Amino acid sequence: MSWIKTYAQMLRRCIRVALDGDWRYHLWLGALAIVCLIGLNAYAKQLAYGLAVTGMSDHVSWGVYIANFTFLVGVADAAVMLVIPVYIYKNKALSDLVIFGQLLAAAAILMCLAFVVVDLGQPFKSWHLIPFVGKFNFPGSMLSWDVIVLNGYLLLSIYICGYLIYCRYTNQQPKAWFWIPFVLLSVVWAISLHAVTAFLYVGLGGRPFWNSAIVGPRFIASAFTSGPAIVIIALQVIRFVTRYQISDKALLTLRAIVQVSMLINIFLLANELFKEFYTDSLHVASAKYLYFGLHGHHALVGWIWTAVVFNLTAMVLLVLPASTSLRWLNLACVLAIIGIWIEKGMGLVIPGFIPTPLGEVIDYQPTLNETLISFGVWAFGLLLYTLMLRTTVPVLTGDITQANASQPTTPPTPGTAPLQDKPAH
Amino acid sequence: MPTPMNNPAPATPAPDGGDRLNRRSFLRCGALAASGLAALAASLAPLRDLNDTMSVEEFLQKHYQEMTPEEMGKVLARITREVEKQYEVRPHVKDYKPMDGVEFVYALNLSRCIGCRKCVHACVAENNLSQDPEIQYIRVLEMPNGTFDMEKGRHDYDGGTVPREGHYYMPVQCHQCKNPPCVKVCPVKATWQESDGITVVDYDWCIGCRYCEAACPYWARRFNFARPSVPKERLNPNMSYLGNRPRQKGVVEKCHFCIQRTRAGRYPACLEICPTGSRKFGNILDPDSAVSYILKHKRVFVLKEEVGTLPRFFYYFDV
Repeated sequence: MSWIKTYAQMLRRCIRVALDGDWRYHLWLGALAIVCLIGLNAYAKQLAYGLAVTGMSDHVSWGVYIANFTFLVGVADAAVMLVIPVYIYKNKALSDLVIFGQLLAAAAILMCLAFVVVDLGQPFKSWHLIPFVGKFNFPGSMLSWDVIVLNGYLLLSIYICGYLIYCRYTNQQPKAWFWIPFVLLSVVWAISLHAVTAFLYVGLGGRPFWNSAIVGPRFIASAFTSGPAIVIIALQVIRFVTRYQISDKALLTLRAIVQVSMLINIFLLANELFKEFYTDSLHVASAKYLYFGLHGHHALVGWIWTAVVFNLTAMVLLVLPASTSLRWLNLACVLAIIGIWIEKGMGLVIPGFIPTPLGEVIDYQPTLNETLISFGVWAFGLLLYTLMLRTTVPVLTGDITQANASQPTTPPTPGTAPLQDKPAH
Repeated sequence: MPTPMNNPAPATPAPDGGDRLNRRSFLRCGALAASGLAALAASLAPLRDLNDTMSVEEFLQKHYQEMTPEEMGKVLARITREVEKQYEVRPHVKDYKPMDGVEFVYALNLSRCIGCRKCVHACVAENNLSQDPEIQYIRVLEMPNGTFDMEKGRHDYDGGTVPREGHYYMPVQCHQCKNPPCVKVCPVKATWQESDGITVVDYDWCIGCRYCEAACPYWARRFNFARPSVPKERLNPNMSYLGNRPRQKGVVEKCHFCIQRTRAGRYPACLEICPTGSRKFGNILDPDSAVSYILKHKRVFVLKEEVGTLPRFFYYFDV
């Protein structure tokens, strides 16, 4: 059982460096912590006064929480887009980056769970959702499937990262049986994760806007666009603030993925728009509300056209050779992330409720409190991801290894932790 | 995880000045932790306004269908106690069970309904529905003649001048579907269909995810966005566990065909109050009941038949 000791030692040493860094690092952590606390404060208000402090109503009964949840499930899926090229197409440029992707997935899933919890009216009774302990409506409810796929994916990500990092720490070659099956499982799992989340909406016969078979494929296409786009940005941040080397080649491989996914995403969107507007049946009402407004209500029109313009611009940029330069690639990625966040979040969840099944058109606008809670959850996720990276990068760069366990872990000169000693360029 | 003593020590003190450094970093960590805790406490301050904290009993309470009669007895005693404390009225809380050989069906005569909304208000009074924020189980639509498109209907029409020329009125409430999408989607089985066809909610088991609200094609479910409030003098003390007992904030509720009345052989409140006799209710398994007659002889239809929910709520015309 010596591996348990070694593992615990690695964890202890990693956790010890979690807060080491220069003032910029501390400023970043401090800022995130403050936003987290502001979010917690807003959540305490919501606990005290109920979900009445949100903009939701019986008419639009899900809002930004579930919108963000839906988007973040897509981000979690991104990890698999790093896994597939590495293990199926043997692309070495990305092999280490799988760890960063899986960590991002773990952080995104934790944010998803947080967004679900803040959406609950009775969060303290969420133990009813625990299989065998509560009363789990499996396989009937798609939400129970979601509980399984979310938590399962979280465990898979943590296991894969944990094992790969441990191997690096002990300087041994990962044993195929210990992880390849799990990686392959995580590929299937990631796709089912997003499919199940789409089915959450698709399965509702009383909501024609969601009750469409194309929602699932659109979810996957948009996830495979926005997820790797986030990874492209995250990797550049990592290589900027740490000594960890990430080649441009790896980023350009990801560009190819984002490029193809975005084209498919736009094509599927066009399919949906054609079906809705050419048929022009009563079921077009929600899409009409979203794109053009209905009976004088236009709350989402500005949002969705922003998304359309951003996504189309991103698509053009990604197709042009210009985006082989990082500057244009980054612009395309940022546009795609924002565009898809709007489209998958507000653009998918809200119009499903409008008009209501009894034909009322009631707008939804998130309140300040609701927005602060959402920012709090995002800050919580970023904080987690930062700490995860801070603790794992030294192992990957060889600063923390089993071999140097008996040497002092404190960096030679205070203030220049390994994370920060690369000069800014 | 064991932390053995003979482990190669990961943190060896720095050779010189280590003690002082350790003390300083200890003080710094302490100050950081203290201010962190203070900030945490400050951010949680709004919880002081939490005036409906859940008892341990309620937190640990089992699902309705898993409780023994003794456990149910204790729960009813707890609810009685809580209602008495909050409303200063002693309620009669019972767990009304479905009757054998009974399947309830509702039929509503669209030729007669004049849209007076008396049913809406009778329902509010009978079922202890919150008046602030306002919750109503029945929604009446004023529809222009010649269409069935509900987007053309009006919800906020003036009830004082009904019926208006050229319009018909369509009340909608829970349709107690035989194939209820709301039951299917509930992740914790907090809502289910009973043998007499009524779909009920265990308010103490609901986690408030509102998936059922999204699933219902008839907009029949309501969520307690805030703590419901019923004036003390208007509280109906005749209560049922699965029916009209006071709800808590953060749970879903819905029309239950006045379970506390109909399972005791009475009519629903909305039917009793109706001045036009548009509402008919009864046991479809009884061939001599009024609803059996209507379903056999009238021009009957259900709302949104295409969604396959098989409602037990029928509309009909008799002219």
